[in-house]
Amino acid sequence: MKRGKITVDVAELRVVREGSEILHSLSFRASEGELIGLLGPSGSGKSTLMRSLLGVQVIAGGALQILTKPAGARSLRGKLGYMAQGSAVYLDLSVEENLHYFAGVLNEPREEVARVLEVVSLTSFARRVVSSLSGGERTRVSLATALLGSPPILILDEPTVGLDPILRRDLWDTFKKLAESGTTVLVSSHVMDEAARCERLLLLRDGHLLFDDSPTNLLAASKSSSYDDAFERLIEQHS
Amino acid sequence: MNLRRVLLTTRRILQQLRHDPRTIGLLLLVPSALIGLLAWTLSRRPSSFASIGPQLLGVFPLIVMFLVTSVITLRERTVGTLERLFTLPLTKGEFIAGYAFAFGLLAVVQSMLVATLSYTWFGLSHQGIPWRIGLVALCAGLLGTALGLALSAVAHSEFQAVQFMPAFILPQLLLCGLFVPVGQLPAALRLIADVLPMTAAIHAIAPWQSTAFYTGQFAIMVAYILGALAAGAATIRRKTK
Ligand SMILES: Nc1ncnc2c1ncn2[C@@H]1O[C@H](COP(=O)(O)OP(=O)(O)OP(=O)(O)O)[C@@H](O)[C@H]1O
Ligand SMILES: [Mg+2]
Repeated sequence: MKRGKITVDVAELRVVREGSEILHSLSFRASEGELIGLLGPSGSGKSTLMRSLLGVQVIAGGALQILTKPAGARSLRGKLGYMAQGSAVYLDLSVEENLHYFAGVLNEPREEVARVLEVVSLTSFARRVVSSLSGGERTRVSLATALLGSPPILILDEPTVGLDPILRRDLWDTFKKLAESGTTVLVSSHVMDEAARCERLLLLRDGHLLFDDSPTNLLAASKSSSYDDAFERLIEQHS
Repeated sequence: MNLRRVLLTTRRILQQLRHDPRTIGLLLLVPSALIGLLAWTLSRRPSSFASIGPQLLGVFPLIVMFLVTSVITLRERTVGTLERLFTLPLTKGEFIAGYAFAFGLLAVVQSMLVATLSYTWFGLSHQGIPWRIGLVALCAGLLGTALGLALSAVAHSEFQAVQFMPAFILPQLLLCGLFVPVGQLPAALRLIADVLPMTAAIHAIAPWQSTAFYTGQFAIMVAYILGALAAGAATIRRKTK
């Protein structure tokens, strides 16, 4: 795998919400073409980290450089494709009305909408109102908005939640392809087995980065045979 | 400010409303229905309707638009679409202007409907000119939208937004001259009442005043509309604490 330029540079990031520190001095870097899994128990700070990268979270300390600009810089808007946890789309609009609006704000042509619908297998749902869709279908609408305009960085907060195994596999294949074409893809998940699909894992617990390496090294380091075991052991080691 | 993104936002909001015909119906018809009801209750005292009817034309659109706008913008925040938009090249000003245009358009339709029905079906006979009454209804609707946008940045939930109604709108209702003529209020209250937008709406409807007086009242309302829109753009934060 050919490594490109550094696209994300997080140095000693600290986030404090309502008086308590949620992320403690987090540091890592990501490059072009990397597919990174962000794993960790509920409440460990995955979404907060992602929102900090997007520049919509006030940070208490540290530095966040995205494409050599400070996170949240005006010139970065639209350069990071974001899929928020819990599908941040308009429930009272149809699928294509949602996508046309987001594409319009990004100044992308209308054909881009058809393309992303194809990627998430929702072409036949284009005219359905989002509130009439199932949870997994809504998630994919939200994912489609993140893919608009093929941004150089993708930040996907639990994109495979509530999806069947076949769709999950298809989406991971898509993420892989995107990474191969040079996109930096950061994907959060609860499901440890999905970890194996990434070439690099970040494990987060209570706002601390416990592990940053490949899945194979995770198994080796913790002498475990399954990813669930490996994660449990790692957490025990650090508590 | 990029006009294309403003209009895209306006279109998106109107599309949302189109999928929700009940809200559109309530928005457009409630002020007219209320005035119609008032006309009916006063049908044996036509002179009372002639004096109160036009004043309420400046009050009902404000309340209706305030409620709808604050709840819809708050929903953007709770569902997460607002944060999503702020990761895109959309500015706060464009967002606010998009809403102002969408609801401004509805306010135009709403005010034309209520003014037309009042003069025809409800039998309003008023010394004022109909277009001035229509204009007051429009300003009231726009003001409701602007206040709703400004306050939705402060409210944390739809529930709170609705509670701003009694706090911000009802005091104006008491002071605007509907119950006690502004001239008969205690001096301190009169000073406040004279600069409130709802008072300006009611003054602007009053018959037999000079052009300069009417212009002044409309200027007060426009200043409040622009001020509230600016406050809305200033209070919305791209970043969450
Ligand atoms: N608005 C808030 N104010 C204060 N604390 C918050 C707020 N939102 C989240 N937190 C706290 O921040 C911590 C990290 O939350 P975050 O949403 O980043 O976790 P997560 O890893 O994404 O969890 P999940 O897997 O459940 O989505 C949690 O302890 C949570 O309680
Ligand atoms: Mg989360």
